Amino acid sequence: MALKLHGLALSTCTARVATAIYEKEQQFELVPVNLTAGEHKQPGFLAKNPFGQIPALEDGDLTLFESRAIATYVAEKYKDSGSDLIRHQNLKEAALVKVWSEVESQTFHPVISAIVYQFLIAPLYGQQPDQAVIDANLEKLKKILDVYESRLKSSKYLAGDFFSLADLNHFPYLFYFMRSPWTSMVNERPHVKAWWENISSRPSFKKVAEGMTLGQK
Amino acid sequence: MAGIKLHGNALSTAASRVLPALYEKEVEFELVPIDMIAGEHKKESFLALNPFGQVPAFEDGDLQLFESRAITQYIAREYASKGTPLIFPDSKTMAILSVWAEVEAHTFDPPASKLKDELAMKPFLGLATDFAVVEEFEAKLGKILDVYETRLGQSKYLGGDCFSLADLHHLPIIHYLMGTQAKKLFECRPNVSAWVADITARPAWKKVVAMRAY
Repeated sequence: MALKLHGLALSTCTARVATAIYEKEQQFELVPVNLTAGEHKQPGFLAKNPFGQIPALEDGDLTLFESRAIATYVAEKYKDSGSDLIRHQNLKEAALVKVWSEVESQTFHPVISAIVYQFLIAPLYGQQPDQAVIDANLEKLKKILDVYESRLKSSKYLAGDFFSLADLNHFPYLFYFMRSPWTSMVNERPHVKAWWENISSRPSFKKVAEGMTLGQK
Repeated sequence: MAGIKLHGNALSTAASRVLPALYEKEVEFELVPIDMIAGEHKKESFLALNPFGQVPAFEDGDLQLFESRAITQYIAREYASKGTPLIFPDSKTMAILSVWAEVEAHTFDPPASKLKDELAMKPFLGLATDFAVVEEFEAKLGKILDVYETRLGQSKYLGGDCFSLADLHHLPIIHYLMGTQAKKLFECRPNVSAWVADITARPAWKKVVAMRAY
């Protein structure tokens, strides 16, 4: 029975899960959720995610939500196929993957998602981007990317010299950010730039990127 | 063996997320205080442990970690055979545990931390609480706790029938909020209230609370 991913191809969090599934060389059925019609707040979807957010994953009789939890489940279930996302055979490496996954989750995500929301999503709802919010978060992003620049001088990927879930979890929001007017944040930091170019050229990322149509010119 | 060192203070929210995990697993550790008022967490020696300059940082022999929720997961795995099980061998159980740990991190923590800042930290620092913000965030947290109320009617703990990291990660912020007017949000929901009473009564958490008393 196939994995069923309830969400939308252009959604960042759906894309995070899709990328993880492709990295593990697995397939899934994308079941679209009609956000415009408010489907995500209807009982049928709330039964899958009581917080009413996409994506949700069905694997047989197991239903999960929260994209990072789903990605971790996929990485563990299919640990013997595709790329090693969680370093399950080496506890130290696994711990470092967790550290940099938490950095993405706690430090990077709030800042990058605020910027992407303002310039890409707010206009879809007829709202003017709030430049003050963008500016404040760009300042924070600079400091965060300075730490990444320093980290990536001594290690090819965030958790070590191996690609992992910690890098993957950055993909969707960074992808949309690179359609913004502020790409110099990445491009002016040579190690961050090289890391981004490296991970975004992975076949799984390229496949998922095809559906990420927001902000295309 | 160099042993476990936790760099931080019992009064730090994030360090207080790691402390109960260490006590639950019954492992020996040394708490290395960080003088945040003196800015020690922004100095080179601490930045070498956490380049983001935030407490806590953690050492176990030559392994150095930061981010409280990564540290607790490492402790739960490395010391799986000691103390309380905080992770479980069944992959479905772990997946559901992981879902609710993400809920704590992304859904519960932001509004709950905002309330902690307004109702607990500001008075402590002699600053004025913004009650308009309090009202807004109590409403948000209330809606989230409605989902928790339903969830905790289906299972004793958030991740399932056993206490796990998904519950433990909530302890520091819940501890703060139960000392403020926001406690009503937890007390008026019977399943949530019972869960709060249960997890805060655990001996490991009581040890952390005792460390914070001054």
